[in-house]
Amino acid sequence: MKRYVVCQTHELPPGTRRIVDIDGRSIGVFNVDGEYYALRNTCPHQGAALCTGSLLGEVRSPCPGEYRYDGSRKLLQCPWHGWEFDLTTGQSWFDPARTRVRPYDVTVESGRSIAAGREGVVPGPYVAETLPVTVDDDYIVVTP
Amino acid sequence: MSSDHHHGGPLIDCDVHLPTPTVDQLGPYLSEHWREYIATAGFKGSMAVTSTHPPGARSSGHERLDGGFAEAMRNVRRHCLGESESARAVVSAHYGVETMGPPDFSTALSRAVNDWMLTACRDTDERLLASINVPPQYPDLAAEEIDRLAGDDRVVQVFVPARTSKPYGNRIYYPLLAAAERNGLPLGIHFGGMSWNPPTGVGWPSYYIEEYVGMAHVMQAQLSSLVFEGAFQRFPRLRVTVLEGGWTWLPSLMWRLDKEWKGIRREVPWVEEPPSTYLRRHVKLSIQPIDAPPDGPEVMTTIDQIGSDDVLMYASDFPHEHLSDPLALLDRLAPETASKVAYGNAAACYGVPSAPEPQESVR
Ligand code: FES
Repeated sequence: MKRYVVCQTHELPPGTRRIVDIDGRSIGVFNVDGEYYALRNTCPHQGAALCTGSLLGEVRSPCPGEYRYDGSRKLLQCPWHGWEFDLTTGQSWFDPARTRVRPYDVTVESGRSIAAGREGVVPGPYVAETLPVTVDDDYIVVTP
Repeated sequence: MSSDHHHGGPLIDCDVHLPTPTVDQLGPYLSEHWREYIATAGFKGSMAVTSTHPPGARSSGHERLDGGFAEAMRNVRRHCLGESESARAVVSAHYGVETMGPPDFSTALSRAVNDWMLTACRDTDERLLASINVPPQYPDLAAEEIDRLAGDDRVVQVFVPARTSKPYGNRIYYPLLAAAERNGLPLGIHFGGMSWNPPTGVGWPSYYIEEYVGMAHVMQAQLSSLVFEGAFQRFPRLRVTVLEGGWTWLPSLMWRLDKEWKGIRREVPWVEEPPSTYLRRHVKLSIQPIDAPPDGPEVMTTIDQIGSDDVLMYASDFPHEHLSDPLALLDRLAPETASKVAYGNAAACYGVPSAPEPQESVR
């Protein structure tokens, strides 16, 4: 299985995201408080660039007037019609079993291990070029 | 009722209108104080009913009530109950109390009309059930009236007009909704009424016909309010009936509510299930009027699109005649669906024991 080097870790600090093209697929890579997530950047509804949407906490309520806000859960809201997707699983809020977007594994790997030619790691995301990998830095790697 | 229909089982007619009582008829049910108030204020009785149907039109049906009270009640028995012992008719007498400013007068009139109506039911036929008036603009007083009468076995529904100053899901109505729920009575939202608002969402129309057909939108706004304000979440046993408001619009309403909920639900997080789920679970609708050919295939398709055959209830809408033959619809339906629409759904809604197996034309 191919794995793709996206960028150096310092290029994706907490609270930021990047949209990358991996093997022809647009994928959003997120750093939320030091945790990394990646989702396909295509909304299953009508194909909007989902990963450009707002990241929101979860709002639930047992009854009108009571708000249970859970900021630890991260929901990505589609910029077109507002559908919410769990950043961790890609599942939609309203129909988690059937309406979902593909999540990808994200790992941080040292330049040393990448340079050592670990099998299957494709330097990217600039598919045409080779991302120069230096042994002293850490890199974000997406496994599609 | 004609007998040339396939559906030979008993009926529950969930929308029957009694003649509006005159001020004199209400006298015995009002205190001396209110009788004097009426006399000195020059109050001549409710304008609400006479002004909401076109005079002389078949849909107004006033001639079926014009022969005096006794004749009107005979017509109710003949047209709405027939011979079957299992038959029931849910009667109402809309008095327009929602138009009245003075809270205690509005309440006193509600009480008087209700007591008059329950007496009329008792004296006419034990198969008559009642939908009681309350002043919805004063939800606390409405709740008191519900509590006062809910113990009477004939009382099966709370009657409120479709037109309001604020839609019924609004939290100002909590006392009313709570009272309906705790007493196990559905909130019957019925065509008509007056409020300080125009009868359409876009302002005052010039012509009666605009107001008349616009009621379909008003009903949809009421259901939308009840769902999105979270009334069914706050009052999980609350039930609502839509009376004389049409129903063929329900599939498109459900579709629209579900669709928009997916993206806008954060605003109303208490709506945790698709809106159509609440509508199917909590709402029933009377079959009249039908905005489709009643004897065409469209009605079955519409029921399929609603996704449940538990939501429609037979109604003659007596004395109004929207259709020459309201039973024609039942002939279009699969037998099991027809018997639910004719009887079972309303029986469940109003707590009427199930009817015996349908027999051939007992009416
Ligand atoms: S395209 Fe994403 S919600 Fe419609």
